Amino acid sequence: MMGNEQEYIELFGQNREIIDSACAALLNSKRQDAFERFKATGFPTRKDEAWRNTPIAKQFGIDYGMNLKRAEADVNAATIFHCDVPNLKSHRVYIVNDSYSQAEGYSRELPQGVILGSLNAIAASHPTLLEKYYNRLAANGDSIAQFNTMFAQDGVVLYVPRNTVVEETIQIVSLIQANVEMLLNRRILVILEENSKANILLCDHSSQEKQSLSTLVTEVFVGTGASLNIYDIEETANSNTRVATMLVDQAADSHFNHCCVTLTNGFTRNSISVALNGRGADTSINGLAIGDKTQHIDNHTLVDHNVADCTSSELYKYILDESSTGVFAGKMHIHPGAQRTVSQQTNRNLCLTTCAHMYAQPQLEIYADDVKCSHGSTVGQLDESALFYMQQRGIPADEARHLLMYAFAGEVIENIDIVPLKERLHILIEKRFRGELGKCKGCNLCK
Amino acid sequence: MENLLEIKNLHATIDGKEILKGINLTIKAGEVHAIMGPNGSGKSTLSNVLVGHPAYTVTEGEVIYKGKNLLELSPEDRSHEGLFLSFQYPVEIPGVSITNFMRAAINAKREYLKQEPMSAGDFLKLMREKRALVNLDSKLANRSVNEGFSGGEKKRNEIFQMAMLEPTLSILDETDSGLDIDALRIVAEGVNKLKRPDTSSIVITHYQRLLDYIKPDIVHVLYNGRIVMTAGPELVQELEVRGYDWIKNENQ
Repeated sequence: MMGNEQEYIELFGQNREIIDSACAALLNSKRQDAFERFKATGFPTRKDEAWRNTPIAKQFGIDYGMNLKRAEADVNAATIFHCDVPNLKSHRVYIVNDSYSQAEGYSRELPQGVILGSLNAIAASHPTLLEKYYNRLAANGDSIAQFNTMFAQDGVVLYVPRNTVVEETIQIVSLIQANVEMLLNRRILVILEENSKANILLCDHSSQEKQSLSTLVTEVFVGTGASLNIYDIEETANSNTRVATMLVDQAADSHFNHCCVTLTNGFTRNSISVALNGRGADTSINGLAIGDKTQHIDNHTLVDHNVADCTSSELYKYILDESSTGVFAGKMHIHPGAQRTVSQQTNRNLCLTTCAHMYAQPQLEIYADDVKCSHGSTVGQLDESALFYMQQRGIPADEARHLLMYAFAGEVIENIDIVPLKERLHILIEKRFRGELGKCKGCNLCK
Repeated sequence: MENLLEIKNLHATIDGKEILKGINLTIKAGEVHAIMGPNGSGKSTLSNVLVGHPAYTVTEGEVIYKGKNLLELSPEDRSHEGLFLSFQYPVEIPGVSITNFMRAAINAKREYLKQEPMSAGDFLKLMREKRALVNLDSKLANRSVNEGFSGGEKKRNEIFQMAMLEPTLSILDETDSGLDIDALRIVAEGVNKLKRPDTSSIVITHYQRLLDYIKPDIVHVLYNGRIVMTAGPELVQELEVRGYDWIKNENQ
């Protein structure tokens, strides 16, 4: 082991009491094990297959500040966040930097028994409930997930009891707002009991000019017959590094639909790992990545078909301009006994310049003999003959390019069930292509 | 009559190979010109050069259109100035609906002409009118441009777009290829309905049958990058009977 981890190991050792003193016992109880695991491996290097094209260790090399003492951020999240989704009715909660924020004015009444709030507070008030779930999936996660467990002090919990439908979207807005280099560790825990239903919208924003790095671990439990949509929209800044890990456990006949849209970012790694543990479970994971400048966008996906009769589908698309880099690695693992699996994976990528790079690695591992699986990956450029055809009809070259890019991206957005969000994304994507994103009206984040 | 298009000694290459070797052609307002000729003679190259396809390089000569130097205009400005090409092989554009495609085209032209964008209501009305002209199914209008269209639907879609854009000079590049006799009639009737005294057409074809519907005023034979024969409509019949070999022999 070499590199930047030593500093963090020392930092953790020296500040253990400070970290613990601000947190619920449940959060603290997982730190030592995570620490041991992290110490054993350190940060991933380029020798690790899963990190070969995403050199993450050096991202941790900046002298970041961490808010271990839990100083309150001097912002009102509800007033700086105006970029809402028009016509979307939502229960909105905020994470400012890595603290849950009690912003007012947006919370509606939730159905009886639903719990939505601060991870740290709920871990203290409902220890028996959370004990069953917190860190259950992340305990076996990679070293960055362990790093997150070591330092995580707060985040958001959503708990939906059995047979309960949360009609309105749960919107979790994360904001980075600080005037120093910051390292943030966020945590989200989602528990849907049997036959319950919810939609979650994660909005990741940064107004930060200083460098920041955020780790995010999201653990998701979808109970028998339950149905969950998670839409994850990243709209941060060039100065932001995000390492997000989503771990999903699906019971029988459950539905999970995920769409991750990287609109604007700096350096991003998203890992999603879905375990289909009950018969009849269905999962759909999708992503759209739009890169330019020197942005780096990495999506790693893993779907484990552990039992028979499950279905999974996957669609990831990248549009890479200028000197941006895209990485996609998608693995579908069909375990012994997972008969009658239906699994499909598609990855399509556009490199708009000769300086843009795409690394694509679709993988299928099949250990059952009665399955229907397919995967495909392509990297290409905009269709020159289509561009000329459009120009001949009078559509200016730039406009024609935008129309083709927009059409390419549209396929991913079509999977989104929340109509106002879909409409909003169509507008944002169009603005993004025109270089107008970040100029939306009245938002302090978009100066 | 005024000259709409004047092509003078036009030479053009693709990948360094000379295809057009000195084309001279004048088209007056209101005229229909047919260009015929054997495969590989340069007919499609000529139409592509006129609309500004980037793969071709003009090495010599000039093209004056409506008194302007056509070769200096971008492909989209040539379109705005009323030049239209019905492609021999219309391109499929997945994810872009015909409606959005035409709206972008119409409004780009209006912007060029310093007009306000067309209202949604007027636009849809225009779409309906022009669709009827070529019997284009309303369901097709919501589909992606040419995606999964049959050969006949693609060609009808070309003429529909021509109707929407009301060009001054339209070039029909083998619009009859791949069409059965009914589709050919519908397409040809569409073209005839769009004809005005001030508009002109260049009809590129191998066969007489399209020219039975769209009557040319002047017929040219293009061979080996040059126009080697120009005559009245009676030439079509003669070519149908004698083929091109006698022309090839005369021009060895």
